[in-house]
Amino acid sequence: MLYAIQSLPFLWDGLLMTLQVSALVVILSLIAGVILGIGIVYGPPWLYWPIRIYSDFLRGIPLLVLIFFIYYALPLIGVNFTNFMSVVVALSAFEAAHIIEVVRGAIQSIHRGQNEAAKAIGLRFTQRLLHVIAPQAIRRFLPPWINAVVDTVKGSALVSLVGIVDLTLAIQQVIGRTYVPMPLYILGAIMYFVINYILSSASRALEARFAYIRE
Amino acid sequence: MSEPASVPVVRIRGVKKAFGNNRVLDGVDLDVHKGEVVVVIGPSGSGKTTLLRCINLLETYDEGSIQVDGVEVGFRDGGEGVRKHRHDRDLARIRADIGMVFQLFNLFPHLTARENVMLGLRKVRGRTPADAKQIAEQWLARVGLGDKFDSLPSQLSGGQQQRVGIARAVAMGPKVLLLDEITSALDPELVGEVLSVVQELARDGMTMIVVTHEMTFARDVATRIVFMDGGRIQIQGTPREVLSATGHDRLKAFLARIEMKHH
Repeated sequence: MLYAIQSLPFLWDGLLMTLQVSALVVILSLIAGVILGIGIVYGPPWLYWPIRIYSDFLRGIPLLVLIFFIYYALPLIGVNFTNFMSVVVALSAFEAAHIIEVVRGAIQSIHRGQNEAAKAIGLRFTQRLLHVIAPQAIRRFLPPWINAVVDTVKGSALVSLVGIVDLTLAIQQVIGRTYVPMPLYILGAIMYFVINYILSSASRALEARFAYIRE
Repeated sequence: MSEPASVPVVRIRGVKKAFGNNRVLDGVDLDVHKGEVVVVIGPSGSGKTTLLRCINLLETYDEGSIQVDGVEVGFRDGGEGVRKHRHDRDLARIRADIGMVFQLFNLFPHLTARENVMLGLRKVRGRTPADAKQIAEQWLARVGLGDKFDSLPSQLSGGQQQRVGIARAVAMGPKVLLLDEITSALDPELVGEVLSVVQELARDGMTMIVVTHEMTFARDVATRIVFMDGGRIQIQGTPREVLSATGHDRLKAFLARIEMKHH
């Protein structure tokens, strides 16, 4: 138990790295996923197919393979990322592929009469999206998106495999020095759980806020 | 009837449209002049709703011309006689002057009655919030919803929702109002409150094209009735002329079916 307490500052640094990677990935994947998701719903065929293939392909391979690919394989064709950047890119690309589907589902769940009514009063595309579609779609978007955020936090543990000292690797390093695995793994699990529990609670609060929209 | 010299608000010439092999519009000509209330009747599948939706380009048409206030709706001049589809921004400007009320209301469920009417005034007409609010409340009061400004659509009855739908369309000050079977989704006891609003608009000189199955309403409010079947206009004229037309078999059969449904 003493070891566990002595290791706390070190674990804290690992935790910060986990949060940093997660936050960056959540933001990047949200931006990319929303733009590509809108592209797949409203875009012309030449935009639809590349996004479709991207989304299906990335959702079809293990995240770990993607991380290794970007970290080990891309340098062979001259694309060099730092290990931090390569995991951020890998995780963001992976999550964005999922968010594309979430955005598509959220937009397509809205009755097409909504878009027609918005057209009929003379709103332009971006106005229809901003004032009519998005406020309704966000209710369907939030629950699966928060799931994706939780997945991101958990998935970020994989960054330890390319040598980034996040929470997971910090725990392993402490165990490597102390040979007391159990308390540390439990401590680590609790930390992950607390982050994700806060996220889920925030999600429920947000959902309640948008629940007033009834069809 | 209107004076023949005036330019029609809506001018439709030789409009054709097919969904795959199904020819829905097969050469439609129609002029609607200022202040006219043209009621379009016909069996389902006759193309009347499609025609209405072509006027503000919720559906595209393949051939022919539709002009609203002299402006071709579906196409722009691509040079050298080539017709190109309009850009979204262009279309939005044209649609702003064409009001439409839908069978299923299509109110924005996340906005209150007042906000539903205000949205177009704010974003399309560029009115100030105070202006838009005042206009919205005026129209909502006129359709009998003076006490429902802050209600969400889900808190309103079907008849009330449809009256918000009408207010949302007319508040934009359209040159023509398109009504697409606006009472078909309503409980029978709520039909009257919606139709009386339309009747009042007609009295005030609003130019309207109305697709409906309500024959009594058609007879009372129409300056002209148009009977469509098989994607064409079969016969048109004053309500008296059309509804008592004995020489036209398809119209007779249609009217007989409607009669049976209502009695």
